[in-house]
Amino acid sequence: MDKLVPLPSLGFIPERDLGSTPILDIHHLGVEFGGLHAVDDFNLIIGRTEIAGLIGPNGAGKTTVFNLLTNVYTPTRGVVLLDGVDIRGKSTAQLNRMGIARTFQNIRLFKDLSVEDNVRIGLHNAFEYSLGSALFRLPSYWKNERLAHDTALGLLSIFDMQSLADKPAGSLPYGAQRRLEIVRALATKPKLLLLDEPAAGMNPSETGELMENIRRIRDTFEIAILLIEHDMNLVMGICEGIAVLNYGRIIAKGTQEQIKSNPVVIEAYLGRRGEAKA
Amino acid sequence: MKQAYKKIPMPVRYAINTLLFAAFLIIGVSLIQSGAISKYFTKVLMLIGINIILAVSLNIATGYLGQLPLGHAGFMAVGAYTAAIFMTRSGLDPSVSFPIGLVLGALSAGIFGILIGIPALRLKGDYLAIITLGFGEIIRVVLLNIDSVLGFKLTYGAASLKSIPKETTFLNTFLCVGIACLLIHTMMKSRHGRAVLSIRENEIAAESCGINITYYKVLGFTASAVFAGLAGALYAGYLGILNPSSFGFMKSIEILVMVVLGGMGSMVGSVLSATVLTAIPELLRAFSEYRMIVYSLLLITVMIFKPSGLMGQYDFSLSRILEKVFNRKPTRDTTNHKAGDKNG
Repeated sequence: MDKLVPLPSLGFIPERDLGSTPILDIHHLGVEFGGLHAVDDFNLIIGRTEIAGLIGPNGAGKTTVFNLLTNVYTPTRGVVLLDGVDIRGKSTAQLNRMGIARTFQNIRLFKDLSVEDNVRIGLHNAFEYSLGSALFRLPSYWKNERLAHDTALGLLSIFDMQSLADKPAGSLPYGAQRRLEIVRALATKPKLLLLDEPAAGMNPSETGELMENIRRIRDTFEIAILLIEHDMNLVMGICEGIAVLNYGRIIAKGTQEQIKSNPVVIEAYLGRRGEAKA
Repeated sequence: MKQAYKKIPMPVRYAINTLLFAAFLIIGVSLIQSGAISKYFTKVLMLIGINIILAVSLNIATGYLGQLPLGHAGFMAVGAYTAAIFMTRSGLDPSVSFPIGLVLGALSAGIFGILIGIPALRLKGDYLAIITLGFGEIIRVVLLNIDSVLGFKLTYGAASLKSIPKETTFLNTFLCVGIACLLIHTMMKSRHGRAVLSIRENEIAAESCGINITYYKVLGFTASAVFAGLAGALYAGYLGILNPSSFGFMKSIEILVMVVLGGMGSMVGSVLSATVLTAIPELLRAFSEYRMIVYSLLLITVMIFKPSGLMGQYDFSLSRILEKVFNRKPTRDTTNHKAGDKNG
């Protein structure tokens, strides 16, 4: 794993990503819901091929950060630069086309559609043809559908799921559904992949496999991955940079060692020493 | 043990379906011409065809897009009146003006679909139902109260638009049914159709997959309106007389019942239930006052025992069945061809 290099005021990125624009550059991001600062003064920088982790106790605002990055919620403050471009005012769909893909904490698959169709919906913008060529089955329809079919199966093979292609997505076991969500997100050709608790509900051996796969995805697609996770084995196993969120604010940022030994983080998770006795 | 699953190549699939559909049309036409099917029964068949188009078109908006519009009869009215006015006013020979009228009817209903869809589809669920119901009623009431536009007598309001050439026949009705089913099928089995389905399944996920949901909602809604307009135009040529009262709220409900009964999201379900629900009142002519009771009873029974509708989301594919038969151990290969005219 590369060394994390400090950047002025914002945080760290891996050494290997220093030469290029960071994929995500967040300045003072914040959102208010009727006076409640769900996320406040959030600063983070993610390198082009970094695997970053966002951790924190329940209700800290981690998923809210994801929703802000995909403009499900509109930020009330701050600037987000995706690959150097300001994402303000872009719709969720536009942001996806700009390169942000995500999975959801509570799985949101297209349950009644087949596994392959789920991935193909992710490929919607990758293989384009007009409505006319679909209606009248013109050559561009056949060509792009064949390409989409092959690409979908290729993506499914990352998780060895080709044999499930014709099954309805809702009939898959829980772990497979989570993996399918990742495949669907990858199909949209992201530059930044946001994973919301990818290991939730998985057993230790599945989690180990997932770690391998996340790393492999990063290496083969050369993308940045930001993940929210409660499973510390996974976070400590693959995340190069880690940010800890509590009450909507970042309380610590740094490498695994720095986070593990940071007293503020320990306090946020476990409470202050001696507090229980008092 | 594990054999490669043999698939029927695409051109063959299309050829099989086209041939069966052509055979169905030829048999139908020759039976009618030989007099084996009475005039009355032919009329019923035409009405079935029109209702099939209405049901499969509403199925796009309810079954595929997952919305609940209640103003489908309004689009039908737009198509019917457009075609009727064109046919009575153009001065062309009916055999020329009718096909043009069909296209115009479909297009004008589509334009209304876009105009109504853009504001209406911002709403969801019951709100969408109410606003589309409102739009449907507006169309009917406008037609009822306006009998001349800029001095030209066009719609004749409540007095009915009369003497429309009765150009609708068994052949052109079912050609339209075939075209409507084919176009809906080709649309749904494409990236555009999948985008529409993804909105039904999960709007947030669809958006995060880069799908412009406003565009695809309006597209689905408009496609639904276009075919309703086509059905309306056929209806104008079928009755020869148009009165706004035939496009009321109950007509919309009637179409919705067909879709729900057949199974939302199943084209073959819409086709079957449109056929059955059109034929039942005709077969039980003596009890026609009880039609609404039969409707509600049927609906309640189906909702209790099979809430997803008769066919659920199942879509019929003759080729798929043939493939299954061919891929079975070769015991016997006589297949029972039933009216397999829809879907590749």
